[in-house]
Amino acid sequence: MSGIVGYNQEQKVSKFLLGNEAIVRGALEAGVDYAAGYPGTPSSEIIERLAAEASERRVYVEWSTNEKVASEGCGAAATAGLASLAAMKNAGLSVALDFLTHFSLTGLGEQGGSMVVVVCDDPDAHSSGDETDSRWLARFAYAPLLEPTSVQEARDLTRYAFQLSRENKRCVMLRSYTRLSHASSIVDLGPLPALIAKQAHSDSSACLTPYLARGKHAQTLERLESIRGQFEESGFNSYRGPESPELLVVCSGSAYQCALEAVELLDLQERVGVLKIVTLWPFPHQLALKHLAQAGKVLALEEVDPFLENLLKEALNDAGLTDKQVLGKGSGHVPLFGEMTPDRALEALAAVFGLSYQPRAAHYSQAADRCVQELLISRGLTWCPGCPHRASFWALDRAIKAEGTDVYVTGDIGCYTLDVFPEGKCQMNLLHAMGSGLGLASGLGQLGPKNYDQPVISICGDSTFFHSSVPALINAIYNRSNLIHIVLDNDATAMTGFQAHPGVGYNALGQPTTKIDLESLCRSLGAQVEVADPFDLRGTAKTMRKLLQMKQGVRVLILRRPCELVRMKRQKNKPFRMEVDQSKCKGQECAICYSAFRCPALMVEAEGGKASIRDDACPGCGVCASICPFKAIVREEVA
Amino acid sequence: MSGFSDPYNLMVCGVGGQGNILISRMIGRILVDKGFRVTIGETFGAAQRGGSVFSSMRISRKRYYGPLVPKGKASLVLSLEPLETLRLLAEYGNQDVLTITNTHPIQPVGVLARRLDYPEQDRLNAAIMELSRRAWFVDVTEMALSLGAPIVANIILLGCLLGAGVLPIEPGDVEKEMRETFPPNKLELNIKALKAGIEAV
Repeated sequence: MSGIVGYNQEQKVSKFLLGNEAIVRGALEAGVDYAAGYPGTPSSEIIERLAAEASERRVYVEWSTNEKVASEGCGAAATAGLASLAAMKNAGLSVALDFLTHFSLTGLGEQGGSMVVVVCDDPDAHSSGDETDSRWLARFAYAPLLEPTSVQEARDLTRYAFQLSRENKRCVMLRSYTRLSHASSIVDLGPLPALIAKQAHSDSSACLTPYLARGKHAQTLERLESIRGQFEESGFNSYRGPESPELLVVCSGSAYQCALEAVELLDLQERVGVLKIVTLWPFPHQLALKHLAQAGKVLALEEVDPFLENLLKEALNDAGLTDKQVLGKGSGHVPLFGEMTPDRALEALAAVFGLSYQPRAAHYSQAADRCVQELLISRGLTWCPGCPHRASFWALDRAIKAEGTDVYVTGDIGCYTLDVFPEGKCQMNLLHAMGSGLGLASGLGQLGPKNYDQPVISICGDSTFFHSSVPALINAIYNRSNLIHIVLDNDATAMTGFQAHPGVGYNALGQPTTKIDLESLCRSLGAQVEVADPFDLRGTAKTMRKLLQMKQGVRVLILRRPCELVRMKRQKNKPFRMEVDQSKCKGQECAICYSAFRCPALMVEAEGGKASIRDDACPGCGVCASICPFKAIVREEVA
Repeated sequence: MSGFSDPYNLMVCGVGGQGNILISRMIGRILVDKGFRVTIGETFGAAQRGGSVFSSMRISRKRYYGPLVPKGKASLVLSLEPLETLRLLAEYGNQDVLTITNTHPIQPVGVLARRLDYPEQDRLNAAIMELSRRAWFVDVTEMALSLGAPIVANIILLGCLLGAGVLPIEPGDVEKEMRETFPPNKLELNIKALKAGIEAV
């Protein structure tokens, strides 16, 4: 994708960009020097695209082991007078927060540096374990907060965020969200700065520590007040509608486009005004109050939590205007969870005005409902055809059954999380944040004296292991916990798009680097370490049984096999040509391959429930041949 | 191009990995070159792992719309899997919607697990027809397999869209887009796939 974002402005002045690419373009126009992050949907493309521009635009770009380290690296660059950008998803911000709360007290020092933290929230938790609203954390960390409403604004505000950060010597937060990061539209571009050799400086202007925090806290609050003043006048905020609207809709983020569309569909242009607030915090309350005073009713639209809504209520309360009610999540006009949609905006507006809105003819809806009832079935999530995780969980299932023991499995964050969905193997009992699986297992493994006698297994991927499992492993070994930790080493951060991590031997730019050796690392800490290939189902199950029988200590099992999608990128050919010998397949009577192993490249034939293989989907991994008890699945090596 | 409503809401759906994102971005870039204002919304991440996916395109002469289509407001559904056509129509369909569907089914994992039954193809097609003002059906997967390249099913479907003549896009526009963005060694196959799709409708 090189050149997509960073081409010369003389060729073209606008370009069709993904929201995350628009953020990258804004950063390049602002002269970003240093960028770091950890992959996480919907943020991953930011570092990926920056990496593609790194050599041409002379930007240092890295995939960091986790978001805290990424932020610390960016903080260092800013302190040295450079422009830095840290990118992460909402869950990652919690990891980075420890550093950021400190950093906000000291500011960036006197070397003219700047730092922008881009956090991409995932309202509705499309690809996340939660839908945490990061905006509270900006306030918590005293970071000025900007929230774009369109792909164009993503570019404009990123650029502005660097300026704001530099002028105020404060880290600035830009909040994106799924429907922005993963929306594409045309973006008007500005020029890229000339490539000059920038000098990093060591800052000796003041001791940059938050210790003796009280004075620094006071200074920080003072600075934020001055930023609030700037936000009151900001041209990024705008109002559209009549001078004294019956209803003022105050919006942030994606809610702005939803509100405009709802007003249009309900034909309320003469009665409703829409105020867009992009510079969210420190909140420009005078601007809000000016518009609130002109309006009849007030409705706040945003995602996910009532952040803007509460700020409006605070502003009214502080101004003594307690008789004016702000409708929104608190009043029940908008749900307190989930993402903002045009439909939610339509429902809220229709309720305020007592209108009935029908998006389509009633008879159509009835026909659609009938078809859904009679025909529509759900499509559950599952591992890709050829995924090593399916084989790993299959082997685990066999090992547990063979040992005849109940085990307790803690999971982690990655493609293997699909285990908890109805069509997974459903072996995970407890699943929380990145790296938490091993920490939880470490705790459970101590409960033997409290009569907790189930063997404990934690499972995580290679990238997750480096991200945050290592301290938990050290903890477990140091404190003599009893557990088996399985690392599903598929040679990539697979769920988010196969990004590099410390165990793959190359960096964000694809350049060779030190490959951290998982088994040496674990052995050096004192763990009993085994390595197996999950495609060798029998051998893997045998190793698992051996580790289960050991009962004591911290045992690590590395299941090594590249992600099938990664393998396909590396080698174009299928390893095996697969076929079902219909004369041998027992169909319904057996069905073990499709009903239990459930690789989506298998298909159930209408007659007799015999299995067949989808040529358009089968990557030729060959594992299903070892599943079939009747040797009906035939694998033929591709030359 | 009669009945081109504004905004025109084109939804491209299928199962994760079928390539809906690629064709929606191609259509988007072509329409932008023709002076339309286009916003596309996409699903990435977990949903791609065997799940239902769709891109929504908001196409307008007037202004930029947000990426999400309001319920009941699809103008055209371009679908890589028949069950997914029905899923989109249930939520976004209306009496004026047009549909172009790849008839080749992909069994959800619940069918493999013997928890669910995939609907009979005739009944599924009848339902799609009942819920569309006009519906086109083509087995683009089979066509792609006969070209020896299952990966080009999405490009054949894009050809079907051109063949149906419902958008102001010419074959030359798509070929130009392909020449600009595809690796040269993939060009011939994809142009062949596109032409096969155009002729199939």
